[in-house]
Amino acid sequence: MDILSLFLIVPAITILLLVFTRSLSQARLVALLGSIVQFAMSMNLVFAYIKERAINDSIMLFTRDLVWFEPFNIHYSIGADGITVTMIVLTSIVVMAGVFISWKINDLPKEFFISLIVLATGVYGFFISLDLFTMFVFFELAVIPMYLLIGIWGSGKREFSAMKLTLMLMAASAVLLVGILGIYFNSDTGGNGFTFNILELAAANIPAEAQKIFFPLTFIGFAVIGALFPFHTWSPDGHASAPTAVSMLHAGVLMKLGGYGVFRVALYVLPEGAIEWSWIFIILSAFGVIYGAFAAVRQTDLKYINAYSSVSHLGLVLFALLMFNKTAWNGAIIQSLSHGFMTALFFALIGMIYERTHTRDVRKMGGLLKVIPMISATYVIAGLASLGLPGFSGFVAEMNIFVGAFEHENTYYRIATVISVSAIVVTAVYILRVVGMMLMGPVKEEAYLQIPGVSWYERIGILLLLLPIIGIGVAPLWLSDLIYKSLHPFIQGVL
Amino acid sequence: MNYTEILIIPFIPLAVFLVLGIFYKCIKPAVSGVIGVLGLLISTLFSIKVAYEYFFVFGKEGPIYQTFVHKTVWMNFTETLRIDMGVLLDPISIMMLLVVSIVSMMVHLYSRGYMKGDPGYTKFFAFLSLFTFSMYGLVLATNLFQIYIFWELVGVSSYLLIGFYYTKPTAVAAAKKAFIVTRFADLGFLIGILIIGFYTGTYDFELLNDPEGSPILSWAASSFFGMSVLSWGLLLIFIGGSGKSAMFPLHIWLPDAMEGPTPVSALIHAATMVVAGVYLVARLFPMYYFVEEGIILQVVAFVGGFSALFAAIIAITQNDIKRVLAYSTMSQLAYMMLALGVSGYEGEAGLGYMASMFHLFTHAMFKALLFLCAGSVIHAVHSNYLKDMGGLRKYMPITHITFLIAALAIAGIPPLAGFWSKDEILVAVYQKDSLLYVIALIVAGLTAFYMFRIYFGIFWHKDPEYTSTPHESPATMTIPLIILAIFSALAGFVPFGEFISADRMVLEAHLNVPLALAAVATGIAGIGLAWLFYRKETDLPQKVADSLGKLYTWSYHKFYIDEIYLFVTKKILFKRVAEPAARFDRRVVDGTMVGIGNSTVRTSEKIKGMQSGKVQDYAMAFVAGVLVIIIFFVYYLTE
Repeated sequence: MDILSLFLIVPAITILLLVFTRSLSQARLVALLGSIVQFAMSMNLVFAYIKERAINDSIMLFTRDLVWFEPFNIHYSIGADGITVTMIVLTSIVVMAGVFISWKINDLPKEFFISLIVLATGVYGFFISLDLFTMFVFFELAVIPMYLLIGIWGSGKREFSAMKLTLMLMAASAVLLVGILGIYFNSDTGGNGFTFNILELAAANIPAEAQKIFFPLTFIGFAVIGALFPFHTWSPDGHASAPTAVSMLHAGVLMKLGGYGVFRVALYVLPEGAIEWSWIFIILSAFGVIYGAFAAVRQTDLKYINAYSSVSHLGLVLFALLMFNKTAWNGAIIQSLSHGFMTALFFALIGMIYERTHTRDVRKMGGLLKVIPMISATYVIAGLASLGLPGFSGFVAEMNIFVGAFEHENTYYRIATVISVSAIVVTAVYILRVVGMMLMGPVKEEAYLQIPGVSWYERIGILLLLLPIIGIGVAPLWLSDLIYKSLHPFIQGVL
Repeated sequence: MNYTEILIIPFIPLAVFLVLGIFYKCIKPAVSGVIGVLGLLISTLFSIKVAYEYFFVFGKEGPIYQTFVHKTVWMNFTETLRIDMGVLLDPISIMMLLVVSIVSMMVHLYSRGYMKGDPGYTKFFAFLSLFTFSMYGLVLATNLFQIYIFWELVGVSSYLLIGFYYTKPTAVAAAKKAFIVTRFADLGFLIGILIIGFYTGTYDFELLNDPEGSPILSWAASSFFGMSVLSWGLLLIFIGGSGKSAMFPLHIWLPDAMEGPTPVSALIHAATMVVAGVYLVARLFPMYYFVEEGIILQVVAFVGGFSALFAAIIAITQNDIKRVLAYSTMSQLAYMMLALGVSGYEGEAGLGYMASMFHLFTHAMFKALLFLCAGSVIHAVHSNYLKDMGGLRKYMPITHITFLIAALAIAGIPPLAGFWSKDEILVAVYQKDSLLYVIALIVAGLTAFYMFRIYFGIFWHKDPEYTSTPHESPATMTIPLIILAIFSALAGFVPFGEFISADRMVLEAHLNVPLALAAVATGIAGIGLAWLFYRKETDLPQKVADSLGKLYTWSYHKFYIDEIYLFVTKKILFKRVAEPAARFDRRVVDGTMVGIGNSTVRTSEKIKGMQSGKVQDYAMAFVAGVLVIIIFFVYYLTE
């Protein structure tokens, strides 16, 4: 069995075992074991990758190719480069933290963990796929469980939110499917037949006319899940209604599929279309960066604040990807990772706070630092990381993006860069506003003095997410080395 | 050259921070205080050793002090641009190393007494260590990005320490304000770094500051709106510096920052962090001087001159002693900026640069002392306001004498430290611009006046009925006062020009007797006026205030700058930008998406009647369909 397929098989076995569990304690034990194995595999993958990369120059390592459906030339084709590896590590950590955070889930625990792991399987499959069609299948596999997870285990107006989220993402999938089919039917440039394989597609030089038509479709199809303005509105409602672990996985991992897809497919396969259209999407994403930040300033629900902050932070990912510059791309990938860990941590903390105070309204809380110091202090740290403080991952990502984007020869692009840089001030405003209102100040309600402190499983969940944020922030060199080398073939393909 | 010794200096406070932060719960307060003090003692001793060795053993090659750099790659951007982490030794970085070590050491010692019994004692020492680490990193930075990184870290330490009493709403608001205002300035700094990095291809101070190097020589290559792009970059970097050093109009956070514990005000908001802006301009001085004939230095000089006067006028009318000291700090920092702004580069012309660094050094000593004395007073009377004080000289002799020494030093009375450094600043300004000289002289008089206003107000003035008799602070607090008082008295005798000058050669500074006499006379006049007004309780100050009318009220209300900021942020940015953005998102953007969904539902509502399940309806539709097709075909075939 090859090292990458294991990332599909282990979750599948976990799901199979979960079916036979009978209680919460059994279900969570199986889910935990499964996620620990995945984490161990992802760590192993990092070392295996570094070792293999030293002796192997091909773009993708650990490749495997099986014909799946002959008539349309669909393959089960997988492979990994440095970027894939980092994304897999992100996924495995967030999934594990999610299991810890859901330690006390009471309603239908078995079904909950099954849905969670189906989602994770879809994400793993998406990241390792080299075949557009299988990639799309895994994409759908990751989106569908969201409907159930929010609709069944959610809170508030959960049916509406689940429906809205699913429909918007499905509509995006439809657009994406048109884009993918467009790519497929234009791929026979060398007379070898149509192909779905990304590497072959990139080498095939799809005609410029077709690229110009299908780039926007592919880009938007992916960017909706990456919360591109104005297609981001599924995210605030979706997050607000979703249970904690789902928000974590959703914002932490699922939204990364957008940027990853844009990078792997839209930019790599359709570079000429990208250059043609990039200006409009740069305007949209730069606008989204500022707009998301300003919209977050006036929110009162913690989850809405975080959702808009994601619009702002992920806008930066798309912005950086469109700059066609290695430094900015490196920043975009690190920003994806960093945002993944950070929002997952935020949502975990919000869940813990909500469990204790039964509200997510910042105006109603106050002085939480005094009553739940560990959770509150972590919230402050996560906030500081989110506003790009040096020493945390966000800074590394943002500086790569800004320096890279500023290298662009077009003055207007540099002005757009300056505009998106300004978001760092607005980010500070909304983060410190929450910290000031919710965590500092006098304790607002007597009842808060009785709330329980942090438990061991919450502590592990927090640490799992906090350590990578600090690790990337303090010693970024090894990570950018891992990513930077993998960017090379892509930048060559594009320029 | 042994770099491990230098690396120890910043890493010990970092280790202390990590130990105190992680084992927060297990460490007893008494132990954490001792760990903090001992850790810093080691750093201080190493700083002194490094300073001695640099200035007297290996620093010089011929007549010129050399720069020593030891660095390692932290992050790569492109082939040429990268962030290094390292240490850079040159006269000013070593001078700052000494300032940070000495003041931080005194503040650590003092805090053991001042913070005694506070529930956040361990946390306090952890944050102090974090700050000291970041400040060391800042002064030792080898490149623009490293200085920016530590710049942000001192900012966040300042945020955490201002908000130390986090249950107090005013402290929370002040912390937030300090962070956001400086963050806004840092935006300028960051964009400046991006511009300079892009056009010169390096962030290294060594390369940027070389007068013969390509970065400086290339300034004329590209321009933007009539000014060299490098000048724009330097201007933006200066904005970052003015944010940290509280220059007008980015000063509004500093007075509010006084909500933090007083030792913090002494360390961060008087002696070290706030001078970072001055240090930044000094660090890039050759660039500021040579790029486009020093066009940005003129901006620096005028911003400095204006801020010095502006802050001094406000300081006169404030009643909270810490706020008076805060405005005084702002005014003195502006003095340093002014000196940098008028400075030349070579030989005698570089007097301003030397004077600025000299004043930075002496100011750190006497201003830290003033704050610590104020802390001692506040500790005794439990109030920040002049109205609750008076006659304290009888109760607090040590605080009284040390405060007097510091006040005389800042007023520029010989032979105390402030006299020497201030005199050199005045000489440098006099040589360059007479308008700025007049401003600087007025500021000197005002400084003496407001400083002795609070001196008389605290220690003489009246004898209020104290509910509990005030008493002198414990030895842990008074010993640092005495040590700093000795420094404040003697620091002026350091032959500064021997060690620090813009071109790194020995600069012989001479006492300019007429200018010195003028400065001393103004200082004494200010003190005399304060003596007249405030030695005893009279209605004279009130009368003068009334006769000044508008000027007094404007000064009392700090020229309404805070109100202007509140208007812009609350009324414009919040009400007109953020709120509409949030509403627009819900109503328009989301409304469209929901609208598409709803119209789909409505359409299906309308047409779902067709699926009635009645066979007759279907038969009807079937027949109709067949008829349409037949008509179509008949029409088509007969065509």
